Amino acid sequence: MLTRFFYTLREAGVPASVTEYLTLLEALKQGCANYSVDDFYFLARATLVKDEKHFDRFDKAFAQHFKGIEQAFDFLQRELPEEWLRKLAERHFTPEEMAKIEALGGLDKLLETLKQRLEEQKGRHEGGNKWIGTGGTSPFGHGGYNPEGIRIGGPGGQKKAVKVWERREFRNLDDGLELGTRNIKVALRKLRRFAREGAADQFDIDGTISATARNAGLLDLRFQPERHNALKILLFLDVGGSMESHVRVCEELFSAARSEFKHLEYFYFHNFIYESVWKDSRRRHGERTSMFDILRKYPPDYRVIFVGDASMSPYEIMQPGGSIEHWNDEAGAVWMQRLTQRFHRHAWLNPEPEDRWDYIQSIGIARQLLADRMYPLTLRGLDDAIKALKA
Amino acid sequence: MSQTRNPSAPSSKFEGTERYVATEDLMMAVNAAVTLARPLLVKGEPGTGKTQLAEEIARALDKPLYRWHVKSTTKAQHGLYEYDAVSRLRDSQLGDAKVHDIGNYIIPGRLWEAFRSERQAVLLIDEIDKADIEFPNDLLLELDRMEFYVHETRELVRAERRPIVIITSNNEKELPDAFLRRCFFHFIRFPDVETMTRIIGVHYPELKRELLAEALNAFYKLREVPGLKKKPSTSELLDWIKLLLAEDIPPEALRTDDPRKSLPPLYGALLKNEQDVHLFEQLIFLQRRQSRQ
Repeated sequence: MLTRFFYTLREAGVPASVTEYLTLLEALKQGCANYSVDDFYFLARATLVKDEKHFDRFDKAFAQHFKGIEQAFDFLQRELPEEWLRKLAERHFTPEEMAKIEALGGLDKLLETLKQRLEEQKGRHEGGNKWIGTGGTSPFGHGGYNPEGIRIGGPGGQKKAVKVWERREFRNLDDGLELGTRNIKVALRKLRRFAREGAADQFDIDGTISATARNAGLLDLRFQPERHNALKILLFLDVGGSMESHVRVCEELFSAARSEFKHLEYFYFHNFIYESVWKDSRRRHGERTSMFDILRKYPPDYRVIFVGDASMSPYEIMQPGGSIEHWNDEAGAVWMQRLTQRFHRHAWLNPEPEDRWDYIQSIGIARQLLADRMYPLTLRGLDDAIKALKA
Repeated sequence: MSQTRNPSAPSSKFEGTERYVATEDLMMAVNAAVTLARPLLVKGEPGTGKTQLAEEIARALDKPLYRWHVKSTTKAQHGLYEYDAVSRLRDSQLGDAKVHDIGNYIIPGRLWEAFRSERQAVLLIDEIDKADIEFPNDLLLELDRMEFYVHETRELVRAERRPIVIITSNNEKELPDAFLRRCFFHFIRFPDVETMTRIIGVHYPELKRELLAEALNAFYKLREVPGLKKKPSTSELLDWIKLLLAEDIPPEALRTDDPRKSLPPLYGALLKNEQDVHLFEQLIFLQRRQSRQ
């Protein structure tokens, strides 16, 4: 039963390993989770899932696999002697509640009704006010609100025990949407390419020792240039219009990139690349940089990153004069081709969620122009983009 | 909930302390880690009590605690031992007799100390993600077998009683899979109102009910403000309540819909970023303008 569960997890994309599975079995053998689904759920999660972003997948797989199996746990409890249930009830209830139960016919009556219901009930049950199950107001089952309820499923619940995995509280943590400056920096760090260039102004200990030894012990000082990230980046950022809602994530990307790369040049554009871009949004109509200058000035070892949602009318890419701001003699697509030909290593980061891309025609066109090098602006997308830029 | 516990259960089970509220899943993770003597990796938002957890486990189970705070320059070797070559060089210049025994210059690290503790110890490796990306890998064998070899003295250090290892991480770096596989994992979620009430009850038992209700209300409202750069955390809430008590602020002053005040009093304890303060002020301003219309 558990081996199947293990494979269900793996199919659901939870990267659990055999070692972890064995640990879980060992923990079960040692009696860490005693016949309660909740305990088992917590134990399995602590053992098999090592990243909170996989919690939601785990919850879904757990619900899928254990649907119905919970009844088996209930079934186990059915075999319990009456004495045990009575003890349990005594422990659960405050004196006032006990008094209430007495008013309703006493514990004996409650237990009797419970037995009757257990016999009547056929399937798993949720909600409602009669059957045994979860989340209802029936006196039996767990997670209910009836003051005289008996928790079927063993002791251990400390509050309303709606099944934890059905709440799916970790949904938001899935898939690295949480893009802080720090995360972006860590991701961008993979783009480092260290090199020693420029003036030799750092003391080189290894070189000095080696040279001194060769020099029969007479000191021979050596210097070397400082090591720094030699990667060069050209960043094109879409501003205004539909990008307004993505300002924050772009800000973060930009500030992380600024501190990470020594050679970073950035330009702004609106919707798509045309014959000129600008550096200062306040003076965007006055001080523009011609695209021909960019093509000439920066050598082809620069990596080009576009950031934009690429959501516009297809004319803005395909037609001369299609730009919504000015008259462009040549279509955006032509300019894009010139850029990608000059700079082989390029990528487009799109803050628009990936599952919406197929519904926006202009995104499809842009992807074609970029030979499919468009990546969502999430940590995973950033990783993929960096791989493409490094290649 | 204490009613539901089996009174005959051994005291080696961790169930929180009078100063620390542990949720059910946290208890399970801690107890599984203690039972199987495997490390427990704890992650969560800053200020949710990750570091405190180790202290409370040590207190609850009555075991000595060894803290190892990791910094960006920390190497795995620092936790095992360090060889103080400079002292030895100096002693040899001075002709000290100590110099002949290299063992005099081996300084044990936190891991070693925890290993040779008379009783089972609790070892806290705090903020493991601060160190170099290879740091966890360098500790794999040591944490797995709970032993290591001192090359200088040709001595094998082995833990007689495997310490309870608690590792905290702030998620700044991804930890290697091989390392994760050997740990239990727990993510401290931001507490819901119910748990938060219990946490505050533990810290300020004499707190007046209305003040608590108003403070929690203001706090969760603040956390829900979209676009905050740093959401206030549990420890910040506790600090804030301490300040409110010290200043003797009446509960009525905390109502954020009070049109005369834009920010809750002593907000500096909650909002630590001037952009956040600014954003919040703007939102309040907008809200007021809307309500006037």
